[in-house]
Amino acid sequence: MGLFSRFTEGLARTREAFREDMNLLLNRSPEVDDDFWDGLEEVLIMSDMGGYSASTIVDRLRGEATRKGYRTADDVMRALNDQIAAEFVEGGQEILGGDPAIVLFVGVNGSGKTTTTGKIAKQAKDDGRSVILGCADTFRAAAIEQLEVWAKRANVEICARERGSDPASVCFETIERGEQIGADLVLIDTAGRLHTSSDLMRELEKVVTVVRKRANLPVHLVLVIDATTGQNGLQQAREFNNALDLDGVIITKLDGTAKGGIAVAVAHYLKLPIVKLGVGEGLEDLKDFDAHEYAAGLVGDFGQ
Amino acid sequence: MFDNLQDQLQEVFDDLRGKGRLTEDDIRVAMRRVRMALLEADVSFKVVKGFVAKASARCMEADVLESLTPAQNVVKVVLDELTSLLGETDAHINLRPNKHPNVIMLVGLQGSGKTTAAAKLAYLLKGEGHHPLLVACDVYRPAAADQLQTLGGEIGVKVYRADGNDPVKIARDGIQHAIDNLCDVAIVDTAGRLHVDEEMMVEAESIKAAVDPDEVLMVVDAMTGQDVVNVVETFSARVDFDGVIMSKMDGDARGGGALSIRESTGKPIKFISSGEKPSSLEVFHPDRMARRILGMGDVVSLIESAVKVQQEEEEAEASERLRRMDLNLNDFLDMNRQIRKMGGVGKLISALPGGDKMMSQGQVDEHALDKMEVIINSMTKAEREKPDIINGARRARIAAGAGVTVTAVNQLLKQYGETRKQVKKMMAAYGDVDAKPGRKGRPKKGGKKGQKAKKGKSRRMGLGGMGGFGGMSMADLKKIQDMME
Repeated sequence: MGLFSRFTEGLARTREAFREDMNLLLNRSPEVDDDFWDGLEEVLIMSDMGGYSASTIVDRLRGEATRKGYRTADDVMRALNDQIAAEFVEGGQEILGGDPAIVLFVGVNGSGKTTTTGKIAKQAKDDGRSVILGCADTFRAAAIEQLEVWAKRANVEICARERGSDPASVCFETIERGEQIGADLVLIDTAGRLHTSSDLMRELEKVVTVVRKRANLPVHLVLVIDATTGQNGLQQAREFNNALDLDGVIITKLDGTAKGGIAVAVAHYLKLPIVKLGVGEGLEDLKDFDAHEYAAGLVGDFGQ
Repeated sequence: MFDNLQDQLQEVFDDLRGKGRLTEDDIRVAMRRVRMALLEADVSFKVVKGFVAKASARCMEADVLESLTPAQNVVKVVLDELTSLLGETDAHINLRPNKHPNVIMLVGLQGSGKTTAAAKLAYLLKGEGHHPLLVACDVYRPAAADQLQTLGGEIGVKVYRADGNDPVKIARDGIQHAIDNLCDVAIVDTAGRLHVDEEMMVEAESIKAAVDPDEVLMVVDAMTGQDVVNVVETFSARVDFDGVIMSKMDGDARGGGALSIRESTGKPIKFISSGEKPSSLEVFHPDRMARRILGMGDVVSLIESAVKVQQEEEEAEASERLRRMDLNLNDFLDMNRQIRKMGGVGKLISALPGGDKMMSQGQVDEHALDKMEVIINSMTKAEREKPDIINGARRARIAAGAGVTVTAVNQLLKQYGETRKQVKKMMAAYGDVDAKPGRKGRPKKGGKKGQKAKKGKSRRMGLGGMGGFGGMSMADLKKIQDMME
């Protein structure tokens, strides 16, 4: 089974774009020369990995290539894939892996929290789990209605209150109701907020404290990041992590041409596992994360 | 590593400043940092490359290299180039007075903030005396029309929505609805779509063809990374938008995408959207954006530094005195110290919209406050607390102590008097501030920031420029304090 055969068209497109870039690169220089290294840095920067990370990786790889005597671009790319894949951290299986849990989805506005929550509910329900949704986004207009539609699609119960009510109390009720119906997976969608808004971050801290106090199941916090996000993504992750002590990250919107390179920085600096990938708006457009596949998606694939 | 870019650039330029004369190598070192700063600000790689080449060439020219202040000139060249690349301030919406209704169409990726922007635009137009209609054409995202309807209800703008899953028909019916209900502007909110989704891009083209918009605006998230070029180029080719609204500007993303958009499509950034309040749609200022991209201070960072200052007790006291409208010369000293902590008068002014222009035109005396401080330091405690007791003999003594003329002392006291008057007037205008100090709710901070900054500007202008300097900084500082409560 090839590396990419499991990917849907969404991720394949990402890889395709990269492959083209890299092919161009290689046609330009069959040997590993300066142009190759410059081009590699460019490709890494274009993936949103960041200027510093890109040049650090290239410098390190350059040293390694000399040391280990890589002859072809292929050798270098393989080493690069290993290097990038090594940046990602293991773990996170306990979050959505089947153990009873309460999971809260947090993130900036428009990152895809509600859609992701809905897709995960559907997937878990199909896996035979007992799921309940909680809508703690009591701020955005129609957020409740949006999640209700997802609950219907996934055929799971939803706990919501009217707009403007206290999100912490919605969480409280959701957990209570979850216990009544014997749910083993409680998924809570929170309102999008910019990490720079200290009021809203404090509000979220309160919500999380309430959930942690009330919960009899393990509580996990997952940050949802849009793959098109640039270097600010790291800052977001940092602030959310500082405030809430995150357990994992989900990268969404990988069905576009954005490569999601910011995930590398987030994994590297915050040591957070990536638990799922969002690759579209359909019910099924949720993929498991694999470090080597993700790394390959970032830098292209020449082995095939 | 990803820390403050301003410090980083400062470091380079501090190194340069130590040198009397710059070499081409110095410029190269500086430009490498500029390149990194731009990349970290999410400016597209190709745009950065071109920009750095251009700016380097400009810096290598004799008038920069051989000037007395080469480092400052390098900074200026970089800023000027960035500002000019970002284009003009162009918040003009193409509305034709004799067409009913005018149609504005919004497009963009999922989650970029189109629906929020649509409501803000409607609010803006309503404020200008128009009768807008919001048309909800997103039939894909669950409850998208509900969201628009709620927002419309909040700002008192009609919303057209319809069942069915044909957005082209809904758009067309929406326009007819606008005609029937005597709305003069129809704002068509479309579904978020990926630029590579062929079906959805065809749909966007069809909607455009059906409603014949006078203005197509693309909403772009300020946090977008390198991919922004792919996105806007495709949207530009398919729906040929007229301008851009940059959303989520209340975050701390540097928004380098603005430069990439401008460079790759030539389309202007017309508005910036910061916050969820309907009023938080602002005119785009290229000079402020350039500074933000380079990380060289803007209102947001100014407020951040003000927050730090505010934590200190002495300032809490000062603001207490301000609130009581009891202003003495010690407050002058406090203000001066606070302003210095925020990076000096220069930074304060240049962080405000249009301020850097004033700075470069030499309208601002950066040392005005320092001179004042010297004079106040020559006064006794009693004189500082009760300036009214300062008579002719005291003035002569103070002048001698400070090494200035009596006229300078008189001027200071006159300024103090004016400031006190202004503060009183302002306190009256801000009357509601006293009523609710320390109130904490859920107001969106970001929106407030932008708004107040604007207000501050107009107020300052109203004071007759830089003459009443003490009064001006006082007003701005008070404003910042209000914001922090």
